[in-house]
Amino acid sequence: MSQQTTRPAQRTKYDADERGYFGETWGGRFMPEALVAALDELTEAWQDAMADAAFVSEFERVLRDYAGIPSRLYHAERLSAKVGARVLLKREDLNHTGAHKIRNVMGQALLTKRMGKTRVIAETGAGQHGVASATAAAWFDLDCTVYMGAVDTRRQALNVARMQLLGAKVVPVESGSATLKDAINEALRDWVASVDHTAYLFGTAAGPHPFPSMVRDFCRGIGDEARAQCLEQYGVLPDAVAACVGGGSNAIGLFTAFLEDEGVEIHGFEPGGDGVETGRHAATIHAGEAGVLHGARTFVLQDEDGQTVESHSISAGLDYPGVGPQHSWLAAAGRATYTPVTDAEAMDAMAMLSRTEGIIPAIESAHAIAGALEVARRLGEEKGPDATVIINLSGRGDKDMGTAIEWFGLGDAEEGPEADLEQTERVTQQ
Amino acid sequence: MTSTTTAFDTARAEGRAALIGYLPAGYPSVDGSIKALLTMVEAGCDAIEIGLPYSDPVMDGPTIQAAAQAALDAGVRTADVLKVVEAVAATGVPTLVMTYWNPIERYGVERWAADLAAAGGAGLITPDITPDHGGAWVEAADAHGLDKVFLVAPSSTDERVEMTAASSRGFVYAAAVMGVTGARDATSDLAGPLVRRVRAAGDVPVAVGIGVSNGDQAAEVAAYADGVIVGSAFVRCLLDHAGDEAAGLEALRALTTDLAQGVRRGAR
Repeated sequence: MSQQTTRPAQRTKYDADERGYFGETWGGRFMPEALVAALDELTEAWQDAMADAAFVSEFERVLRDYAGIPSRLYHAERLSAKVGARVLLKREDLNHTGAHKIRNVMGQALLTKRMGKTRVIAETGAGQHGVASATAAAWFDLDCTVYMGAVDTRRQALNVARMQLLGAKVVPVESGSATLKDAINEALRDWVASVDHTAYLFGTAAGPHPFPSMVRDFCRGIGDEARAQCLEQYGVLPDAVAACVGGGSNAIGLFTAFLEDEGVEIHGFEPGGDGVETGRHAATIHAGEAGVLHGARTFVLQDEDGQTVESHSISAGLDYPGVGPQHSWLAAAGRATYTPVTDAEAMDAMAMLSRTEGIIPAIESAHAIAGALEVARRLGEEKGPDATVIINLSGRGDKDMGTAIEWFGLGDAEEGPEADLEQTERVTQQ
Repeated sequence: MTSTTTAFDTARAEGRAALIGYLPAGYPSVDGSIKALLTMVEAGCDAIEIGLPYSDPVMDGPTIQAAAQAALDAGVRTADVLKVVEAVAATGVPTLVMTYWNPIERYGVERWAADLAAAGGAGLITPDITPDHGGAWVEAADAHGLDKVFLVAPSSTDERVEMTAASSRGFVYAAAVMGVTGARDATSDLAGPLVRRVRAAGDVPVAVGIGVSNGDQAAEVAAYADGVIVGSAFVRCLLDHAGDEAAGLEALRALTTDLAQGVRRGAR
């Protein structure tokens, strides 16, 4: 298949301008002056690297040999039969470290080396980006510090241990709400003081320019590969592509290849938590309002005074009160549709995919499964069983077994799980 | 010419640097912060910065974070900040607001500029807005004659120092160190060269902030800067005497007196 993983495409109306604004409004760089020189340096290094065939080829080699990329595009036949349309899963769950995130960190770490910096910092919520960053730091022999909300270090002790085993220092953040957004704040505070020798491996396609575009570039292989694989395997473009959206790196990684394919529907599924109407959710685009958070203008969950409101999702990887600014632009421009999926719907989809295909998805990805099956069912009715939907299976569910045990009442061999098939049928018949 | 530049001119005429004191609005309460700021004015601050508490203050260290979070937890609102501005500005001392951007965008930039001007506020210090991404604020500030205080840092290129100096009104805030707010044991050796670079770029006054906490440090900075900005050390006075208003105000008065003597000791 064609290797176009990281080639910079011509700038389209969906891309940022030179100052980092998407659609003239979204994104930008709302940052302390102290960091501007570093962000300018990073912008230049990233653009220079992406135009350098040697860098791009080294990035592709590392992803291939070390991380198992390109990932497969898998025809989920049992799932397809259930919904009456062709469902293709982009198997990012099979990448090294178990998610798409390895693409981003290997890209940023390779760039860090190229820039001659010796230390990386990262923020993490559940610990997935932290583990990926610690992995990249180990591989590239970089000093690594990961900031993690103190609430999260307690909830995710296993991931703390993984990062430590990989050689990273994990710093619990007690300030603010002691969760992901505060870990980002603390990493930025570190960076202001350490910027001459430290790179900030930002975990998603959000934050100040150039992060939204740079992280997108490192993740866009997901969609470039999937588009080529779909054409090669089925001779058609998909009718729709779908991904979960927290900060939005896996989603923008998938969507980018399809933005100019006007016949392809683009669907993002946001964490609806207990239900958007309860106020306990993280459906930033669906229910937030335009504002500035962590350096970019984007949709933000905020109160009347512009104070950030705490988000809620069963999926720690989606639990963020902001979203990447390019998603805000795609929503505003009407190119992509963003719909909330509740905790309960996601957990039902997690059980259903496990039992239908023998694949335990990350709860993040289960949001995409739940939402995309509705799309697939509709497209199947409209266009017949050849209607094709690509779902990004962005990560695997091993890390989520604690949550699954609690949610489904698993783990006691004497008693059967409460998540019986009746429950999983409900998902596919909604 | 704004009230802020007048304050710098007055200090300069007296052969000294201006003393600028910071506290967040609403800590320990709205009224408590007014009393505290008035105490600082009485004891010798030449200008006041009032912090607008924000949930995600990336340029602030633990001391200011703690007070701002306590103010938010106690329910402080953006409108309360304007009340504090009004009370302090009534003394005639130039009164600026230091704020992260989102609360202003949320309030409405034009509406904020109008209400701040009506409250007697002199302008804004904007830690997460640079002139090249601050178009809406620049426009509103110009329409209402408000100060636009932007920051420069030791990492700023000469080109950006020039751009920032040309875009600022009132003064330029020179961050003395690469780092967040908070008291430090020694003054920075990065601040002097930075101040010289701003001076070379224009005639707007330059005040140095971040890390200054006592009269001796203020004297050192006053030797080369037009103004000395102190924040965390003032906040510390209140945090250390939480629950004892009289003691907190006494500590503020003593610190202000020490700093005011410091800016007068600095050889000019």
